[in-house]
Amino acid sequence: MKGYIEIDREYCKGCELCALFCPKGFIVVSDKLNANGYRVAACVKDGECSGCAICALVCPEVAIEVYRD
Amino acid sequence: MKKIYARPSSLKKAVFHYCPGCGHSVVHRIIAELIDEMNLRDVAVGIPPPGCAVFTYNYLDIDMAESAHGRGAAVATGLKRASPETFVFTYQGDGDLAAIGTAETIHAANRGENITAIFINNAVYGMTGGQMAPTTLSGQKTTTTPLGRDDRLEGYPLKMSEILALVRGSAYIERVAVSSPSNIKKAKKAIHKAFQAQLDGVGFSMVEILSPCPTNWKMSPAEAWKWIDDVMVKEFPLGVILDRTGVEDAG
Amino acid sequence: MTKVLMDGNSAIGEAAIRAGCQCYFGYPITPQNELTEYMAAHLGRKKGCTFIQAESELAAINMVFGASLAGVRVMTSSSSPGISLKQEGISYLAACELPAVIVNMSRGGPGLGSIAAAQSDYHQATRGGGHGDYRTIVLGPSSVQELADLTHKAFDLADKYKVPVMILGDGVLGQMMEPVEFKYEAPEKLPVREDALRGARGRPSRIVKTFTSNPASLEELNWSLFRRYEIIKRDEVAFDTFMIDDAKLVVVAFGIAARIARGAIKNARKEGLKVGMLRPITLWPFPAEAIKQLAKKKKYFLDIEMNMGQMLEDVKLSLNGSAEVSFYGRTGGVIPTPAELQRAISRVYYQKGLKGGK
Repeated sequence: MKGYIEIDREYCKGCELCALFCPKGFIVVSDKLNANGYRVAACVKDGECSGCAICALVCPEVAIEVYRD
Repeated sequence: MKKIYARPSSLKKAVFHYCPGCGHSVVHRIIAELIDEMNLRDVAVGIPPPGCAVFTYNYLDIDMAESAHGRGAAVATGLKRASPETFVFTYQGDGDLAAIGTAETIHAANRGENITAIFINNAVYGMTGGQMAPTTLSGQKTTTTPLGRDDRLEGYPLKMSEILALVRGSAYIERVAVSSPSNIKKAKKAIHKAFQAQLDGVGFSMVEILSPCPTNWKMSPAEAWKWIDDVMVKEFPLGVILDRTGVEDAG
Repeated sequence: MTKVLMDGNSAIGEAAIRAGCQCYFGYPITPQNELTEYMAAHLGRKKGCTFIQAESELAAINMVFGASLAGVRVMTSSSSPGISLKQEGISYLAACELPAVIVNMSRGGPGLGSIAAAQSDYHQATRGGGHGDYRTIVLGPSSVQELADLTHKAFDLADKYKVPVMILGDGVLGQMMEPVEFKYEAPEKLPVREDALRGARGRPSRIVKTFTSNPASLEELNWSLFRRYEIIKRDEVAFDTFMIDDAKLVVVAFGIAARIARGAIKNARKEGLKVGMLRPITLWPFPAEAIKQLAKKKKYFLDIEMNMGQMLEDVKLSLNGSAEVSFYGRTGGVIPTPAELQRAISRVYYQKGLKGGK
């Protein structure tokens, strides 16, 4: 993978925008709840991340850190 | 691999109190990024409004001072005149800037005050529960226009960017939206230009930001972001409304 | 120092400049325009200083808020209807503990009223005026010299206690011309106030706010303000007495009414009436204790004001039933004459049986 992301669950509000805008379909909304009761975003198992950082660009909560080669 | 994106240092480590998908969160972040990139933390004073964004000071790690509703431009004027080396910006909603604060905003622009206004236009009064704003669209249902905004009785959506562009002291006015990755990038560029206009001392600058309010629009975040691109921009077209920054005598 | 002949409004302006006022924001309104124009001519041209004729009194008080945030001495002025507009801003200044000087050259009211002098804003001035539990220091000058002296003092008091300070003048004081001596020279440039908000260089970022979602913390702010007000009440009360020692009837009056009453009292004395006057100079804090002490020996008071009886309530509260107080007032901009006040004094004096003996 060219990149990977870390989603801080406690900042996530389950708005689903990262999942909507990710060009690789690498992010989905999971069934896991955080302490505030939101269904948090998570990376797809066996998925591809290009490190484009569009998810971090749209994430209103600044919950995502992005790493790239 | 190296980290290519992380929380800007001017953004405090706090979970935003804003609703999921709210535009304030995105705008706070890009302002914080610009404060970092343009080295403004030491000299900036931000003036948040009454409204959902009254708590901006819980997030932006700069000096901040609340203003009375609508008076941000006047407070910014007094501060900037008393301390011209301070970087002063207001952060105002559509009621704050375009209803109760119309006079103060127009006259601050008219005097060419070297301040920047960040104008969050979400076509509704958010904090108070979704009443009509000056920028509410024709036919839009809000809690004080339950049958939809009737232009003949309730007036038309007010286009503050266009109005302020007519004022001689205005130096830079752009309308953007935080509704998609490309629009967010453009929004950040616009705020950068507006901030630069203040640093260059050319006059009043404003960025009007079409911003989603999923809760009061009664939409999901994704629907709200889409509504801006599909519907709102037709009434409030995006783009540079005025750019006098290259001109010598900008009022 | 030489004396110059000056109108009251201009004297306020000159005194403010000599007190180191750096910013003035105002709006034209009769009868205080000479002050706004004086600041335009003299402050506006001073290096590093700012004069703005704002778009409204409302905008002006908010510009004052901004300049005070930046840590400089700042003033605004208006007259009654414009002062009503400023009440929101004054409440915010008080809540944020920001110093500022506000000048009210009051006129007849309510409504648009008249452009002639009145004292009908006493309650508004001394009870905070805007929403919320707060007070501002209120000074009541009664001559052009006192306008100059108290303007200078107002800036010091505002900075000392971090409160807004109001100078409650009126249209007559503002426009009359008297010799005045300015006892202070303008400073080179005052240092920026320590708690100024100019950017978080070298320190943690600072927040100035009035909103809280925690009522208990707001209550604590109110308590903290009122503790400060107790100190102001203890240390800053000022009043004047005139012919009071053997007086059987004590006139209580402030501002221009006190000036006119002085003439009336002198004439009444010539007729053999033993009249004196206590003139509050600080209207807030009110010289309640002084009146209370006076009432141990003096049992008859006459409150004379150019309103429908506002300071009268403070006199009654101070007396707390220990003496009688009568009232004589004109309002709407009508100015009583010395002869008229002398008649009022005589009437009360005789009605209360103060002539001869007792």
